[in-house]
Amino acid sequence: MSEKNDYDVIIIGSGSIGTTLAVSLAGRKLKTLVLEAAASPGQGQNKCAIGGVRATHSDASKIKACLKSLEIFSTWKSRHGDDIGWIKGGYIFPVYNERDEAVLKELLKVQRGLGLNIDWIGPEKVHSLVPGIAGKDLRGGTWSPDDGSASPLLSVNAFFRRAVALGAQFNFNEPVKEILVENGVVKGVVTPRGRYSSKWVVNAAGAQAAAVSELAGIKVPVNPDRHEAGITEPVERFFEPMVVDIRPGDRSKNYYFYQNSEGQLVFCLTPQPPIWGADRRSTSEFLPEVSRRMISLMPCLSNLKVRRTWRGLYPMTPDGFPVVDFPERLKGYVLEVGMCGQGFMLGPGLGETVAAYIAGSPSAEDREILSGFRLERSFSGQEALK
Amino acid sequence: MERIKDHPVLQPEERGTVKFTFDGRECKALEGEVLSSALYANGIKIFSYHKKDSSPQGIFCANGQCAQCSVIADGLSVKSCVTPVREGMEVKTLRGAAKLPLGTCLQDFGGVEELEVDALIIGGGPSGLAAAAELGKLNVNTLIIDDKAKFGGKLVLQTHKFFGSVEDCYAGTRGVDIAEKLEEELKKYPSVKAWTSATCLAVFSDKKVGVLRGDKYCLVRPRAVISASGAREKSLAFPGNTLPGVYGAGAFQTLVNRDLVRPSKRLFIVGGGNVGLIAAYHAVQAGIQVVGLIEAQEQCGGYKVHADKIKRLGLPVYTRHTILRADGKKELETVTIAGVDGNFKPLPGTERTFKADTLLIAVGLNSVDEFQAQALEAGMNAFVCGDAEEIAEASAAMFSGKITAHKVLKSLGVMAAPVPQFWFDRLEVLKSRPGATRPPEAKDHQKTVYPVLHCRQEIPCNPCVTVCPKKSIKLSGDSIMSVPRFSGDCIGCFKCLLICPGLAVTIVDYRKDPKNPSVALPFEIGRGLVKKGDNVRLTGWEGADLGEAEVIDVKDFKAENTMIVVVKASPETADLAVSLKLYSAETGDRSPAGLARAEDETIICRCERVSLGEIRRAIRSGMRDLNQLKAVTRAGMGACGSKTCSSLLMNIFRSEGVDPKEVTAFTKRPLFVEAPLGVFSNVKCAGRDGEGTGWSGF
Repeated sequence: MSEKNDYDVIIIGSGSIGTTLAVSLAGRKLKTLVLEAAASPGQGQNKCAIGGVRATHSDASKIKACLKSLEIFSTWKSRHGDDIGWIKGGYIFPVYNERDEAVLKELLKVQRGLGLNIDWIGPEKVHSLVPGIAGKDLRGGTWSPDDGSASPLLSVNAFFRRAVALGAQFNFNEPVKEILVENGVVKGVVTPRGRYSSKWVVNAAGAQAAAVSELAGIKVPVNPDRHEAGITEPVERFFEPMVVDIRPGDRSKNYYFYQNSEGQLVFCLTPQPPIWGADRRSTSEFLPEVSRRMISLMPCLSNLKVRRTWRGLYPMTPDGFPVVDFPERLKGYVLEVGMCGQGFMLGPGLGETVAAYIAGSPSAEDREILSGFRLERSFSGQEALK
Repeated sequence: MERIKDHPVLQPEERGTVKFTFDGRECKALEGEVLSSALYANGIKIFSYHKKDSSPQGIFCANGQCAQCSVIADGLSVKSCVTPVREGMEVKTLRGAAKLPLGTCLQDFGGVEELEVDALIIGGGPSGLAAAAELGKLNVNTLIIDDKAKFGGKLVLQTHKFFGSVEDCYAGTRGVDIAEKLEEELKKYPSVKAWTSATCLAVFSDKKVGVLRGDKYCLVRPRAVISASGAREKSLAFPGNTLPGVYGAGAFQTLVNRDLVRPSKRLFIVGGGNVGLIAAYHAVQAGIQVVGLIEAQEQCGGYKVHADKIKRLGLPVYTRHTILRADGKKELETVTIAGVDGNFKPLPGTERTFKADTLLIAVGLNSVDEFQAQALEAGMNAFVCGDAEEIAEASAAMFSGKITAHKVLKSLGVMAAPVPQFWFDRLEVLKSRPGATRPPEAKDHQKTVYPVLHCRQEIPCNPCVTVCPKKSIKLSGDSIMSVPRFSGDCIGCFKCLLICPGLAVTIVDYRKDPKNPSVALPFEIGRGLVKKGDNVRLTGWEGADLGEAEVIDVKDFKAENTMIVVVKASPETADLAVSLKLYSAETGDRSPAGLARAEDETIICRCERVSLGEIRRAIRSGMRDLNQLKAVTRAGMGACGSKTCSSLLMNIFRSEGVDPKEVTAFTKRPLFVEAPLGVFSNVKCAGRDGEGTGWSGF
């Protein structure tokens, strides 16, 4: 086996997290190698993401990371020329009952307190933003016009090309088999093709993060659960926002959908109770459930043809927040895992923060972001808006 | 374009008419007819303009698989090839992305019924129907589904008589008639449920199969599933390949033979396999001029009797030729071909351009294997037969279906007789590629009336042997691959002549006039085309011109839908004549050498209109994962689900010098065919006229 030396950083995984981190590291002139088990970037859960990008979360760490992401997504085309399907369409949570109105209005106070552009809108405004939405019992909703969506497929490939242009190296079809550790310090990794040494090893392995972390002897509480999603034929653009319906269904919690830059509706459903495991094959249960729910909300969607469905994994942590940390016990090992289904929107922003840390120059904001995502925490809280 | 009123084999049904409009123009359709055929019958070939580049689009697969034939019907985007016309329907050209009507809908959701069966057969063509009958014989609870309105698969498009053996697979019977016999057979078996207009949308990991029957979605839980889903046509990459008027031979047969619409006046065909050769013959039967047929190989790959049938009629067959491009402003106007060298590269200076309104692509078939792949992935008790397993003739597909049914019986624990060894043997024979061709033989007898068997290529076929009342026609070997020989007595009964699928038997008769023998020739082109007293040109072996002869009689065997033209021949030509020549070949225009190739603009992914140039750039940038190629270029992301471009993409990798083993395949996900979101919750909606809106035409 050959020894291939002298990387500053080795990233395990070329998905939403690893690819964006590579951009940020290579942009800081750090010699970066990305090792990916699949044949190309984004073949894990990135391509299962539907593409929503919002800063309107309920805690400061996620909000600040996603604001950084929004800046990157929304300016990508003007800065780098690649169309990544960015649409500044906003997020809308339509509300049909008193309880949800109370919950969202309470959250609104927190979000606005953190400086987010989000507000309560009346039913007429909801109608004008989402033509065709059911009017009966519609009370209004929350609206955050600065959020948006982008194509995960186009984005991850644009990030990949950018990282390569900046000097990062990507090896595909190359899973990491060992993480090399000497005296509590990371030394590199071993793959079937060879041994690579580096100062830093970043676990960006998404749904496989826990197993990969075992290689470093560090336990992380990340377990995937399964969500199904689908995409329709394209139709003429008729609404801009991501629509999130937080009411519970028979076998599901919320579901959400938007119309992408091609005019196709992309939709996803959160099963209730959660379905744990890593099986990505489609089930017969998803379409009947999501069909009933989406058509109840927007009857016109009954005529829209479904083109494809798929199933992706949410790498969940017990409290719904990511783990982004530099564990004390193992110098040089970095965790950027447990994105709980938000890796696509968190990736670019977190990448900037983690790269700043690795480069040794984190800002106060970077420190604040990571403070919410430590590995050593009780994991007892609950994310209000998963 | 018009309706076919007079056909030598098919009789138009008496059907009422319905009125509809296309872009405001009043049109007429036949009751129950699909929209695409009705549009063609009204002279409309352009159905939509693509949202990416406004290119005109028309019919392509006519099989509900792609979405090239989409139009707006009563406000909704539909696939016209699977949407029946309704009285008063307002049809419009689809321009770009369709507008989704925001109209309201009654909120009445139906449950999704689940149905348990012992065996589910996906596909009601020859293999599926044969399998269903075997299962029915042993009273197995079986469901057979087919997405078309009639069972029979591609048999219903075949007006020609089939090869094979009479006792095993209806040889000598026309495909359309075989379909009816097989469907009739199923009625004997009460344990077999047969659903038409039932589309398999997905095979899920929880071992349930999503089926849309009419407007009702249900889930089937089978103990065994048989994929009898047949084949789809391969596509071909050349500049102009998406112009309206360029489509598959299957779509052509659907228009002509199923719906009796004449879609063309001047037809060109690419591909000399059985599909292309038969399409040429079907075109002639439908009164369409075949301008030419090209084949890249030295010889046509189809049965020689099929090739000879069309050569003898005078249709030009150009072997060692390729298509360079198709051109036209909005629809196909010209086709440019060229000769090829030993490496299939076009030879400069050999280019020729022909005027044609239609170009058929008949370059082979691929198995429809996605149902089987998904069933295996789901861990189901999965079987596959017919073309879905291996491309072969319909005769072989029926045996494959029977044998597969026995495997299913065994897996279900149903006691059944073991599969007779001879079934396997027959299957192998029926799957055989054509064997050696022998030169014509001189007569070795002095009979005054006798058949001449112009059947000199080894193919699995024996109806002439079976039908001869004097047992005077025998195979020259043990296998039905052997060529037939005449020895013994002939009574001139015409039975061998009438049954021969290859139209390769004539009867020579010296009894009335020992100097001027008569020759009876099979003829199934058009009634009234040839009359007693006409002077016709005779053709022989591979279309050789044998000079003029007088027609002395025309007999019409209505039951067989075959005519016999009796001509007065000479002793020199009597044993050589097989057919009448109806056409003289055109030479085409010499195109200037060094014709602009513009290869890079060739469309590879029709749904998303991704060009060869875009694919090449991606491959040259290092892409080796089809999933990444799809993410970046959108190739394979369209309505057809990469059914059309998959094999083309692999060809491009090869031509770029990439080993296919380095290429990661597409990840396949449901659905197999697009379907409206509403079907999955069986929602009942109020249409504009208050009727329940069916989900047909997705």
